[in-house]
Amino acid sequence: MEKLIYGMPESLKNVSTTYCPGCSHSTVHKLIAEVIDELKVREKTIGVAPVGCAVFAYDFWNFDVTEAAHGRNQAVSAAIKRVLPDNVVFSYQGDGDLASIGMAETIHTANRGENITVIFINNTNYGMTGGQMAPTSLLGQVTTTSPKGRDAQHYGYPIKMLELLAPLEGVKYLERVKVTNAASVIKAKKAIKKAFENQINNTGFSMIEVLGSCPANWKKEPAEANRWVDEKMAEFYPLGVIKDAR
Amino acid sequence: MSGKMLMKGNIAIAEGAIDAGCRFYAGYPITPQNEIPEYMSKRMPEAGGVFMQAESELISINLVFGASVAGARSMTTSSSPGMSLMQEGISYMAGCELPGVIVNVMRGGPGLGNIAPSQSDYFQAVKPGHGDFRMITLAPSNIQEMYDFTFEAFDLADKYRNPVMILTDGLLGQMMETIELSRGRKPLNPRPASEWALTGAKGREPRKILSLLMKPGALEQHNYDLWKKYDEIKKSELRYEFNEKEKDYDCLIVAFGSVARTSKGVIAEGKDIKAALFRPVTLWPFPYAELREAAKKAKKVFVFEMNMGQMVEDVRLAVQDDSKVEFYGRPGGGLPSQEELLSFLRKKVK
Repeated sequence: MEKLIYGMPESLKNVSTTYCPGCSHSTVHKLIAEVIDELKVREKTIGVAPVGCAVFAYDFWNFDVTEAAHGRNQAVSAAIKRVLPDNVVFSYQGDGDLASIGMAETIHTANRGENITVIFINNTNYGMTGGQMAPTSLLGQVTTTSPKGRDAQHYGYPIKMLELLAPLEGVKYLERVKVTNAASVIKAKKAIKKAFENQINNTGFSMIEVLGSCPANWKKEPAEANRWVDEKMAEFYPLGVIKDAR
Repeated sequence: MSGKMLMKGNIAIAEGAIDAGCRFYAGYPITPQNEIPEYMSKRMPEAGGVFMQAESELISINLVFGASVAGARSMTTSSSPGMSLMQEGISYMAGCELPGVIVNVMRGGPGLGNIAPSQSDYFQAVKPGHGDFRMITLAPSNIQEMYDFTFEAFDLADKYRNPVMILTDGLLGQMMETIELSRGRKPLNPRPASEWALTGAKGREPRKILSLLMKPGALEQHNYDLWKKYDEIKKSELRYEFNEKEKDYDCLIVAFGSVARTSKGVIAEGKDIKAALFRPVTLWPFPYAELREAAKKAKKVFVFEMNMGQMVEDVRLAVQDDSKVEFYGRPGGGLPSQEELLSFLRKKVK
């Protein structure tokens, strides 16, 4: 008898995504879908899609998903969870959304200790609008709005969101992962799963930051872009558990 | 609480919402509406609902967005500067066709302005946000209506899956009157939230709530569909107060909200002038045709507002004879008194 050991998660629709070759979004979408399947919560999951490259996430996931205004995902997610506490609610956001325009929503949702899961894709630029500088762009990084490279004097320093949130009492679990090779993908999935389990166990606010690759806007081949994540990004944004207060 | 009660306008709004089945409230402190979040922080949990103190008006409106996505009857309240911050969220709600009630207890502007009553957000209410959308706007003129209109706003919001605004001011918000509560009145719900809300895809196809339509022609079609809905609202939900018995008039006064109250006093006091009041109750949809008809008999149409002339633009569109229309208004928290309106009237009629 044949035994299927790897297949399409039920929580993912069998459609092509709109993501560029080498982009991390597709990988993370699949990991979230697998986790939701494994936890058997597809029928009570509500996702909140961001403004940015992942805005079409509702076309790729096979569960209820709503849009939110730019940066407002966590306000929307918190209200959904308060109204439907038995459902599983997660916010999926990029760095422009979560760390720039949505900074107030991020900090206050975390500080209120809302029992939601946040998946944060940090690819150090505004992908959908063509690669402008983000608060997370590395020093020296050339973007369409930092053509000579980001320098601290004019643009300030890149921001580490997890380290910023860690001291808040309401925050229970923070981990930074990457998805540049098989081993790191497996690690990332474990972290994402824990962040969802925390919500199901009423532990409180959990956020996973994924160091994401953006080959198209970084003007790098996918393999080279992954190397840049491994070498440059991970050097500034340390991988691993930043806080685990469960 | 039931029967007759002496109640403050802001509290009447909160009670109207609770009686209509509102079970999610989010608000941020701003004068002159602070009684509403304060009262709701106690009353909402008693009613089995959720109270959240938002950290900004941006967060308020997006919490309401989320609660509405989840199918709860939800409300936020604020005053003029806070309402400016909510415009983005209101547009998203209109685009996503999400119901919700937004209360603006207006104060003086522009900028930080002051905390005195004003009607300076008429434009912001009837011409809200970005994009081509409309918002039902109800303007109460006494405390009973603060309660009744808030109750009815939830039914309208659900019926059309559209944001509804209660446009009032600091005078009505802070004033007390005796009102009759209609406890036990059943909220209508012609489109149950369960038909569209996100509650988890158990035993059904997954649902999406969105306003982004990138396929060529899709957004154009969405706007046509919205417009069909707005046309239906114009046909079915238009409200105004005009006493048909007052056939014998040559002056027509047009005023809404608290100025309409003062105008009633003007008419009662000015027995030498044959005047009647036309009060738009829905500011959108605006009663253009009905006002045009009422204005035909009048030699002059007087528009009184607590601003420098906002509703008067709609009155001019309705009357279609600029030579007839006279405007008197005071901005920045100035309250036009009965005497000053009457003397303006007398001066112009002569």
